[in-house]
Amino acid sequence: MSEAIHKGSITYDDHTPAQFLWATILWGIIGMTVGAIAALQLAFWQANGGISWLTFGRIRPIHTDAMIFAFAGNAFFSGLYYSIQRLLKTRMWSDSLSRIHFWAWQTIILLTALTLALGQTQGKEYAEMEWWLDILIAIVWILMTVNVFGTIAIRRVKHLYVAIWFYVASILTLAMLHVVNNLAIPVSASKSYSIFAGVQDALVQWWYGHNAVGFLLTTPFLGLMYYFLPKAVNKPVYSYRLSILHFWSLIFIYIWAGPHHLLYSSLPEWAQSLGMVFSLALLAPSWGGMINGLLTMRGEWHRVRTEPVLKFFVLSLTFYGMATLEGSMLSIKSFNLVSHYTDWTIAHVHAGALGWVGGMIFAMAYYLAPRFWGGELYSKKMANQHFWIATIGILLYVCSMWAAGITQSLMWMSTTEDGLLKYPQFMETVLALKPLYWVRLVGGLMYLAGTMLCFYNLYMTRKRGTVKTETVSLTDGQHVEPRTWHERLEGHALALSAGALVAVIIGGLAEFIPAMMMETQVATLSTTRPYTPLELHGRDLYIREGCYNCHSQAVRFYHKEELRYGPASQASEYVYDFPFQWGSKRTGPDLHRVGGKYPNLWHYRHMEDPRSTSPGSIMPAYPWIFEAQVDLKELAPKLNAMVALGVPYDPSTVKDPVAAYRAQADAVADSLKKDGVEVSADAEIIAMIAYLQKLGTDRPQKKMEAASK
Amino acid sequence: MEIIFLLMGISMFMASCGLLAFLWANSNGQFDDLESPAQQVLLDDSQSEL
Repeated sequence: MSEAIHKGSITYDDHTPAQFLWATILWGIIGMTVGAIAALQLAFWQANGGISWLTFGRIRPIHTDAMIFAFAGNAFFSGLYYSIQRLLKTRMWSDSLSRIHFWAWQTIILLTALTLALGQTQGKEYAEMEWWLDILIAIVWILMTVNVFGTIAIRRVKHLYVAIWFYVASILTLAMLHVVNNLAIPVSASKSYSIFAGVQDALVQWWYGHNAVGFLLTTPFLGLMYYFLPKAVNKPVYSYRLSILHFWSLIFIYIWAGPHHLLYSSLPEWAQSLGMVFSLALLAPSWGGMINGLLTMRGEWHRVRTEPVLKFFVLSLTFYGMATLEGSMLSIKSFNLVSHYTDWTIAHVHAGALGWVGGMIFAMAYYLAPRFWGGELYSKKMANQHFWIATIGILLYVCSMWAAGITQSLMWMSTTEDGLLKYPQFMETVLALKPLYWVRLVGGLMYLAGTMLCFYNLYMTRKRGTVKTETVSLTDGQHVEPRTWHERLEGHALALSAGALVAVIIGGLAEFIPAMMMETQVATLSTTRPYTPLELHGRDLYIREGCYNCHSQAVRFYHKEELRYGPASQASEYVYDFPFQWGSKRTGPDLHRVGGKYPNLWHYRHMEDPRSTSPGSIMPAYPWIFEAQVDLKELAPKLNAMVALGVPYDPSTVKDPVAAYRAQADAVADSLKKDGVEVSADAEIIAMIAYLQKLGTDRPQKKMEAASK
Repeated sequence: MEIIFLLMGISMFMASCGLLAFLWANSNGQFDDLESPAQQVLLDDSQSEL
């Protein structure tokens, strides 16, 4: 506690929120640049320059994680540290913890980017960081939580304003999501296996994935909105009752909605329906927030014309309303049949990320800059230009991806009068999207340019101004009598936290408990054979190269999809998939039935130069997996981890995985040799081919049919 | 279908918890003032110092 208390005044720590604001904009520029490079590669595959760490599969997770944890994450922390001190009329509980939080968080982001570029990934979307990074994140998160609750304990205002409710719920829920979804068995410093497999892993992952959106990109930003919007218009929030009502309903309902990412999959029907119903219900509390925000602006609309801060608030809230409406609609099964696996999802997420989150961040940035650095914003005109470039950029981005998603999906579904696929070649549906990929790139670059303008504007504001520290004097009632530590923590702050935690736990338990009980049944019925050491290593290469970013491994229960790919995928086929690799987007075709479809040579040629087997393909070539040799010493720990996870391996395989590996690898190399290709059996490509040939070959009916004959 | 009895028990329990939480909040004065917290945010009493 600072000594300022005894002098009857407080000095706020604005250094920390200012640092987080710089980090937000800088990481935003970096993350968006990586996104633009990834977008360019879809229109022009050569753009990776033949470099492994620049290929789409490696940089797409860098882009998404940077935007979520670095851009949105740092923005949340900036607004949190700025507003919570003022709302509670106290400086942060510990300045050292604030500093540690800032630097540790930036270090984690940097390490995440480096390890992902090297292909060290858990292979689960938005949870790609490897196990040791997850532990670091958890530690930093705990330190931040201690600091926030410490600040709440020394507060001079009895009532906790609704913004703080949103902050607290976000912090606690994210901790829970992070820990559960990242449970893994480490194999080495750069590799771990998720403790969940197949359908269970899919359920846990999308419970996490959907709620990362909920509790990192939605609730923190609603909290920020409830503080910064009333301050910017100098009017109280339209309805405080509504804010409380939609807080509880939003956090309770959000957590159930994850299964809408898994509709028509082998996830049990009841879980799919539950996810769909709750996603629809989610519209009400979401719009509660939008309406409350927009109505707070009553009587201030004329100022939107001139004030960039208000422009960005309006942009943000409008996109929040539209994206949440779209999200609820896309969760309806028949909508989802069209939208899932296509660029429609990409359009949806960017409406939320660029419109809602980005809009809120820039509103906050232009609000804070003059307050951090004295006087006026360097250029209001430039900020208004930023608004227009960003808005047009978002519209180009979203509209082009809507068009791409709907076009491709309708092409996938089109059949001739004879009931055959009208576009049996997946390639045709990819090539139709290429012009739209260019439009998307232009939209994204415009948004990036706007962000750079923002950076310049803030930089000049800082250069011209002087760093301000805000000191407020306390009124008599605000002096705190010394209390014991437990008295400070008792009371409503803890009741609120406990209530919020209960609200978010219920949905998760209701979905997990039945799904986990199902696991044992599926495993006993399974006719699936565990991966051989060679296939397992191939699978790890598939994860390393981020293949799941473009290829799904789940044929949905839908006849036109079965027509294209083969029989729908079943839960029992995934029981040894640690982690699952269903993916969420088909930039390339589904791969679950690719095993045995082509000869080994086809895969060899395809990985060497995709266009030699599939003319027009936008997939990058993977020359490095032809050169690299597999380190066979890695096999034993991997198999031991698999055994620990309950995979029923033959004892002889576990004892000498190298022998099993060699025998199968030699067979693959021999078959290639017969076709005139000389390749070392230890080359990574051999493992990759073996894995691809195993995919989806253990369908239960097929085995039963064979047995009855 | 026996599961329905378990679910009924759980939902009754959850609803009672909600009711108790409401009764507690009501008697605790949580609903007494729903206007001033929204206003309070705007009062900063700050004298900025350069």
